[in-house]
Formats: sequence, structure tokens, C-alpha cells
Amino acid sequence: MTNVFRAEGLGKTYPGVRANDDISFSVEAGEIHALLGENGAGKSTLVKMIYGLVRPDDGHMMLMGAPHAPADPRAARAAGVAMVFQHFSLFDALSVAENIALGMENPPPRAELARRIAELSRSYGLPLNPARRVATLSAGERQRVEILRCLLQNPRLLIMDEPTSVLTPQEAEILFATLRQLAAAGTAILYISHKLDEIRGHCDRATILRHGKVIRTVEPRAHTARELAAMMVGAEMRVVDRSGRSPGAQVLAVSGLVTPASGGISLREVALRLHAGEILGIGGVAGNGQEELLAALSGEVTTAPGTITLDGSDLSALGPEARRRAGLLAAPEDRLGHAAVPEFSLTENTLLTAASRQNLARHGLIDHGAARRFAESVIAAFDVRTPGPGTAAGALSGGNLQKFVIGREVLGRPRVLVVNQPTWGVDAGAAAAIRQALLDLAAKGAGIIVISQDLDELLELSDRFCALNEGRLSAPRTTDGLTIDEIGLMLGGAHGMEVGHVPA
Amino acid sequence: MFRLEPRASAPLLWQVATPIMAVIATMIVGGLLFAALGFDPVASIRTIFWDPLFGPAASYSRPQLLVKAGPLILIAAGLSLGFRAGIWNIGAEGQYIIGGICGAAVALAAYPLEAFWIFPAMILAGALGGCAWGLIPAMLRNWFGASEILVSLMLVYVAQRIAAWMAFGPLKNPEGFNFPGSRNLQQYPAASNPELIANTGLHWGVIAAVLALAVTWFVMSRHMLGFHIRTAGAAPRAARFAGVRPERLVALCLGVSGALAGFAGLFEAAGPAGQITENFGSGYGFTAIIVAFLGRLHPLGILLAGLLLALTYIGGELAQMMLQLPAATVQVFQGMLLFFLLGFDLLTRYRIRRRA
Repeated sequence: MTNVFRAEGLGKTYPGVRANDDISFSVEAGEIHALLGENGAGKSTLVKMIYGLVRPDDGHMMLMGAPHAPADPRAARAAGVAMVFQHFSLFDALSVAENIALGMENPPPRAELARRIAELSRSYGLPLNPARRVATLSAGERQRVEILRCLLQNPRLLIMDEPTSVLTPQEAEILFATLRQLAAAGTAILYISHKLDEIRGHCDRATILRHGKVIRTVEPRAHTARELAAMMVGAEMRVVDRSGRSPGAQVLAVSGLVTPASGGISLREVALRLHAGEILGIGGVAGNGQEELLAALSGEVTTAPGTITLDGSDLSALGPEARRRAGLLAAPEDRLGHAAVPEFSLTENTLLTAASRQNLARHGLIDHGAARRFAESVIAAFDVRTPGPGTAAGALSGGNLQKFVIGREVLGRPRVLVVNQPTWGVDAGAAAAIRQALLDLAAKGAGIIVISQDLDELLELSDRFCALNEGRLSAPRTTDGLTIDEIGLMLGGAHGMEVGHVPA
Repeated sequence: MFRLEPRASAPLLWQVATPIMAVIATMIVGGLLFAALGFDPVASIRTIFWDPLFGPAASYSRPQLLVKAGPLILIAAGLSLGFRAGIWNIGAEGQYIIGGICGAAVALAAYPLEAFWIFPAMILAGALGGCAWGLIPAMLRNWFGASEILVSLMLVYVAQRIAAWMAFGPLKNPEGFNFPGSRNLQQYPAASNPELIANTGLHWGVIAAVLALAVTWFVMSRHMLGFHIRTAGAAPRAARFAGVRPERLVALCLGVSGALAGFAGLFEAAGPAGQITENFGSGYGFTAIIVAFLGRLHPLGILLAGLLLALTYIGGELAQMMLQLPAATVQVFQGMLLFFLLGFDLLTRYRIRRRA
């Protein structure tokens, strides 16, 4: 075995923070090497240096035995480094094939490229139609485009930044089969994740980072998840407290919920019942109706009479503001541009959903002082790290903005709260805080619907679990005793196979 | 080589500085243009920007400043609402014309009656006319998804033809020796919009413009409606999530900006212009777009930009008379102003860096 990549004494300092300090490790040909660490541990800075986005201050890198000091990502790609980012860099208006061609140095003719995409996507189990417009793809499908884009370059070192966060367990298995296949062909894979079981199951070695330093490189199979977590955070992981909850009377009833198909997927005869003090988890791969369900519940889309009732009163025809007044609150998945306006200050962002419930506006007249005080109370209660309520929402990190967005709704004392992907792209500490806040809210008697693709999160939080698949919601099952495999079958198995029928 | 680097936020300093830089660049390039045409550049620029206010004949031209700035500010105040929401009313000129015609029609129907209600009724008719003309593109967008930019612009030409028809037909002065054009409302006391204080240029339209600025400032900074308008412009999905109905906002913004343009048209028809003629539309509706952007869609900015653009109108005419500069001078100047503003605006969102 030979080193494909080696880092020696890498260091990078940003104003006020030593992001990477004396980082040394190596990735062998044919291995899947995990990079493990909390957000802010320095993983991003490290891979940005390898990919030519950031230049190291000290130390040096070697790729295939030659010095590796890429001036930009183009040079890194030419040297054989490819990267799948956690956040997608795709043009919505272009097709899959066009997006892939844009990222290539010398794109082949269109028909040839489409053929190669179709071939690769088949052999790696990542189904994609090259002619589809990216705007119509779900988050999961967009990620497949990113992965295929990298595979087309035949990279020597493939960097993957949390690639399984939007896949079902079965799809993740197929992805790992893909990665194994690549590794067997001699490609080195640097795999960034915080999912410890995944790393223990599939990675050959793991380098653990904390506060910009390498803690150690270990063989993950030789350690328990708890041990790995302890190395990662430097202390025992906080375990969420599920106690103190007892389901009460039914608060929300949804029946025969149908939405028109407008670009995306349509909801088909969705029905569910939610009780006070209960958390209902809804799982599914992105693009199976999650956004549509949230929009139908929040009131952004109105539906036929009698489809949505809260405490017995019909909300189906009401808009978002009227539903908020009735006690039905929601927090959409997309923080920037949907749940919050990036250009606006946190104070102004409170007005988006809390104007009437927190008395921030009377007869339409905005009470800026009250809005600022409410923003301050959200910041304090949810430990949002920000210079102050006057900071623009877009300037906050993902985790901090998510804490703000969830906190804004939780402090609104909802009867029912609907959240979509509450911890997507959020670091472990913030995710635990958000989950605990949801559990506490349920303990106080609110009904909560958590829509998520993170199955561990759903199992951790919810009392009952439903799967959303192509706009259909399965019958709920209690989460006690439910295994990941059973859930995988409920989600419809891997990539579009027939819906699995699980005996109750 | 240089390259552009995106800024994290738009600094206030640059937001204020770029309109000023645009004005200076316009003066410099305008001067070069005049020099190329064989005119003295310094004298030309001074005639346009200085003489109307402080030159030898300033006592005649100074009142014109408010006369011209009034309609510009009134229209721009309305446009700024829609522009903040990403709703592009390019047809204020048409709404201005229709407002003028409707207001004048009420007066001409009442002629020669002298009654206190005539002027208020004209104001109402002007607003309703402009509002209705603005609602046409709004409804077409809401019902059929038609671009309000194109529809509102096309309706300007329809309005111009209607003005011609009115001047030659229904509103023609029966005692006008068959010349096209309506009766002159300045000679009809109950319907006229006179200069309120001699030699100031102040008329009811100027007062309406100041009121419109105050109301738009209040709505945009203190009222949920303004918050929703800004949200819709910055993040349409967030606006929908907040409970904004996009169709309503489109109708509201186009209706209100149409009504304000209608006001401007009415005050012009009853005051400085005095009558409806074939060429009643004089370009205020288009220039107001420049005013709105030059003023950063902010009431205070619109006030200053309105005065500046009014100055180019007066200065341009003065330069035409004194120096025989071509009549297109004003339009060239206004066009350059917008061009440079949009160009320099790049600096509010990007910084220039030397490529390493």
C-alpha cells in the first residue's frame, strides 16, 4: 500500500482563530478514511486546503508522492482531487448534464456525456435522468449529481462531505458499495461525517480532529461509538432527556389531504392524528413530499375544507397568519430565504412569524423595541452565538440561525409545532440543544411533528413514526422496538423500488 | 489585473456614495460630450447645474424646480413601494396621463359651475384613473402570469393614444377655434391648481409629494405592510411563509403607484400644463424611475434625487436657450445618470481587488 495523500504539519490561522494546527495524517490507496470532528473542529478548513480553496500557512502536502500545493480547485482537480460538498453548487435553471459539463475541464459532446452519466449512475446505483432540470430535483437527487460529477473525473483522492445525510439506510448501503468499488480500484477516499455507526461500519481508519488539532488516528471498528464520540467532543456526549411526557387529547387531525402537483410531488390522501404532548416523526428521502406537507400544514398552501382541523376547528382555508393565531406554528427546512430573510436583522426576522403571537405589532404598527426584546430572549434562551439582535440573519452560522428559527417558534407557545429537518447541517452541540428544546416543548403539552431524513434523530425524538414516500404517508408505528431495517422498508426501500408492506 | 470580490453586506457609506459618484461622473462625461460637440464644457455644465439656482436669471428658473420636482417625487414615491417588493411598474407615464385625463374630464364636465367640490372630485378621479390603469397589469399578472413590466410599459403607448384622442375629440375645447386640446383649467378657478405662494412654484402637487414621502417612509419603516413589502422583495418564499399573499401585494403596489402617478397627472393637468393636449405625457413617469433608483428607494433619497432631476430639466432648457445645446441634452443626462448609478452600484455589492 502506498500513500495517495499525506499532510505534514499543516496549519492555518484566521483572524482570531487557529483553525488548523500541526495537522499530520495520510490516506492510503484503496482505503476509506474518515475525518471525524464536531463543526468548528477544523475539518472544513483542512479539506479546503486539500482542494485548493484555502492555502495553508505552514506545513506541506504530498499527493501521489509529488508536492501538492494547488493554487485553486482547478489545479487540485487536475492533480486528481475531487470533492462532493455538503452544500450543493448547482445551477437550478440548467439540466443535470449541463451542470456536470460546466464542472469539467473538457466536456465531451452532449450525447456522449449523457450516455456516460446514465451508465455511471446505473452502475453506482444513483438513478438520475441527465435531461432533468436541477430545479425539479430533491436535495437527495441533487447530491447524486454532485457525486456523479466527481466520479466522471476518475479522481485519485475523493473527498466526501457528509454524503449520506439525505439518503435512506439502503441507499447509503449502495453508496458505500460504490465507495468500496472505487476503493478497490485504488482510489483513496476521505470521508467526512459525524455519523459514528456509519464510520464504524464502513471506514478503514478514522482521523479525529478537535479544536483544529489531530487527536489521534484510530481503527474505528476497534472502538465503540461512545468512545469515538468521547474522543470527538472531549467529553461524554450529552444524552437527550425523553422523560416526563404523556400523550394527552388529540390536537391536530389531518385527513384526505391532497395538494395539486406544481412542479414537485403532490400529497396523496395524507392522514394523521397528533395528540398533545406527542412527537410524531415523519421520515423519508428528500423530494417525497416533505416540503409540500409543511406548506400545507403551515398554510402557505390551502387545501379542501375539513382536511386540517386543530382542536376541532377547521383551518384548511386559513393562511399562515391565521393558523399561527390559532396555535399551529411551523419551521421550514430552508433557513435562508424561507424560515428567515438573510438580509434582515434577527430583530426583523422575529416579525416574520411572531408579530401577532408576541404582540410585536398592534394594528399593523411595528413595535421595534418589543421585537428587539423578543429577539434577545430567543438569543438568550437558545444560546444563539451572535453579536446581537441587530446582526443580519445571513451572517449567522447554520447552527446558530437554526437555533434562532426553532427558538422563535418554540417561544411562541404553540399548540402544534411542525418542523422540517430541524438539525440539517447543524453541529452536534446545536443539534442536541434543538432536540432537547423540542422534547421540552412536548413535555409541556404541545404536539410536535418532526419531518426529517435523519433516522437516528427521528428514533431519538418521536413516539410514533410514519414514512412519507411519493406523497403518501404510511400508517404510524410506535418507535419502541422499531429497527433501522424496518424503517428502511417503510421508506420504500432503495431508490424507487415498490413500496414495502410491513405487517403492523 | 483586477477582480471583483463579493461583499458580505452592502456598506451604508457606499450606498450613499454611489449616487454622488454617478452625478459627478455624469457631469464629467457630459462635459466631454459637449466639448466633442464644440461647446465650452465648463460653461455647459455650469448652465445646467448652477445657473438655474444661482445664475443671473435664477429668479425665473428657481420656482420651476418645485414645479418639476413635485410630479417626479410623487410618482417615484409610489414606484419605490413596488420596486422594494420586486414588482416593476415601468408604466407610471401611462398612469400619469390617464390620471390627468380623468381629473380634467371631471372639471370639464362641471364647467362652468363654480363649486367647492370640483377640485376634490378631480383629485379623486385622477387617483382612481391612475389606479385603474395600474391595476390592469396587476390583474393580468395575477390571472395569467403576464409580465407586469411589459404590460405596464405597453399601456403607456395606449395612454398616449387616448390622450391624443381626447385632445382631438371628447375633451376638445369647443371655443378653441378647432385647435386640438382641452379648455385651459388655469382659467377655471374652481378647477385650477394654482401657485400657492407667488414665485415659489409651490402647488398642491408639491404638497401631495411631500405627504406621499412621509406616508411611504412611515409605511416602510413602521408598518407591517412595509415589512411585508420588503420581505417579498428580499425573499419571496419567506414572505409567503409570513402570510403575505403575492397577488394582493402585486395589486396593492401597482394600484398605489398608479394612483400616485394619477395624482401627479391631475395636478399637472390642472396646474402647470393647464390642459390636456396630444403631448400631455412629458416623460415624468419614466424619469421618476431614475429618481426612485437614484434615491435608493428611500424617501429622503427620492426627495434629493427628485430635486436633482428637476434641475437637469430646467438646466437643460436653459442650456438650450443660452448656448443652443441640442434638445436631447436632458435625456442624455438623465440616461447617463441611471447608467452610471447602476454601474457604480456594483461597488456596493463587490469590492475591487488587485489579482495577486
